[in-house]
Amino acid sequence: MEGLNYVGAGLIVIGAGLGIGKIGGSAMDAIARQPEASGKIQTAMLIAAALIEGIGFAALFAA
Amino acid sequence: MVISRKPLHFLAAVAIAFLPLVNFANPTSDTTQVVTQSAHHEAEAGHKEAHAEPTDIKSKINAYKKHHVLDAHDFTLFSDHETGYHFGFPLPVILLDNGLQVFSSSKFEHGEKVAESNGNFYVINHHDGKIYKTDAAGTITEDAKGHPTNVRPIDFSITKNVFVMIIVSLLIFFLFKGLAGSYAKNGSIAKGPGRIFEPLVLYIRDEIAIPNIGEKHYKKYMSYLLSIFFFVLFLNLVGLTPLGINVTGNITITAGLAILTFIITNLSANKNYWGHIFWMPGVPKPMRIVLAPIELLGVFIKPFSLMIRLFANIYAGHIVIMSIIGLMFIFKSWIGSPLSFGLAFVLSLLEILVAFLQAYIFTMLSALYFGSANEEHHHEEAHH
Repeated sequence: MEGLNYVGAGLIVIGAGLGIGKIGGSAMDAIARQPEASGKIQTAMLIAAALIEGIGFAALFAA
Repeated sequence: MVISRKPLHFLAAVAIAFLPLVNFANPTSDTTQVVTQSAHHEAEAGHKEAHAEPTDIKSKINAYKKHHVLDAHDFTLFSDHETGYHFGFPLPVILLDNGLQVFSSSKFEHGEKVAESNGNFYVINHHDGKIYKTDAAGTITEDAKGHPTNVRPIDFSITKNVFVMIIVSLLIFFLFKGLAGSYAKNGSIAKGPGRIFEPLVLYIRDEIAIPNIGEKHYKKYMSYLLSIFFFVLFLNLVGLTPLGINVTGNITITAGLAILTFIITNLSANKNYWGHIFWMPGVPKPMRIVLAPIELLGVFIKPFSLMIRLFANIYAGHIVIMSIIGLMFIFKSWIGSPLSFGLAFVLSLLEILVAFLQAYIFTMLSALYFGSANEEHHHEEAHH
């Protein structure tokens, strides 16, 4: 079963992409509801996105 | 607005529709494609036999990319392939092998010659850019996977990355010394280049350090947070200049930075931090036993993800920009140059954003980890 690691890495990248998309969308919603809190929301969004991104990259390098 | 946009849409659609014609129906470029393809196969076959030098344009671009992301023992700005002349300067090589061997990397003549020092012979391997011990003829023995089996001396050389790090550290030192000095002279008003950095310093203090670490403890971490932010930021930015520098895109350097964060976090941790790892408060007792190994793993995963994130972002950015510039040489048609120029320009702008973002994220997460190491005893109070 050669090449399955690439399929796995691809799945993880899809998951990471969906996750970061969800975070971005939710942050947009939150900013639209409370524009005065946009600074804090952006910070929290970046941290969460960075954590997910780390997993995505780890998968890329493991493959 | 809508009307003025429509012709643009139309033009864009026409341009995209004719794009394949320009590229693929062009007979001259078709033949070159075929030639490069066959040459590529020949080169691959040759590579398996005797590690031949790359001949066609695709493998040349690949070799260039591979060479760029590796560290080097000399600082080459650019090379003339026809005359074989390299524009740049050599750097010192320091090896620990039968005593200290110190010589200039110009002895290697860009990896083509065997260097001799006090009766020991060394050669730079083309594939990983590392120095191996060898005999006078420069023989390299390889195992089945193509890794050299020669002895590697312990290498303390001032390589390209080390050289750039020293330069950047000196630059940061003098810029911020000037900023600090200008406060004393002008009555708390920053002067000169310090005016650019003052808002960044204040931002790190007010938006990163204080909210994450807390008023009480943030001061002792400020020096580290500021150093790491500006060090990573400057290295990311010099990586975008055409000098061919790739320091933060090298995993050993990001590993060093992550290990510093790891050491500082764990050495300055209080008992609440360790309590949260080994005996998590506020969860049922059986769960605490399950959580302890997971939390302990987390201690190591945190700096590991810091290392991977910075390295992968910068490395991937460099590779993508170079691939797009490489398209210019592969397309060989009038569309190639503007297309790759435009894409490379837009991506470079994106990379400037990434340079700031990654420096920010590294500092931010370091501050977050320091904050967790200094957490006060407030969980029980919140429940009562």
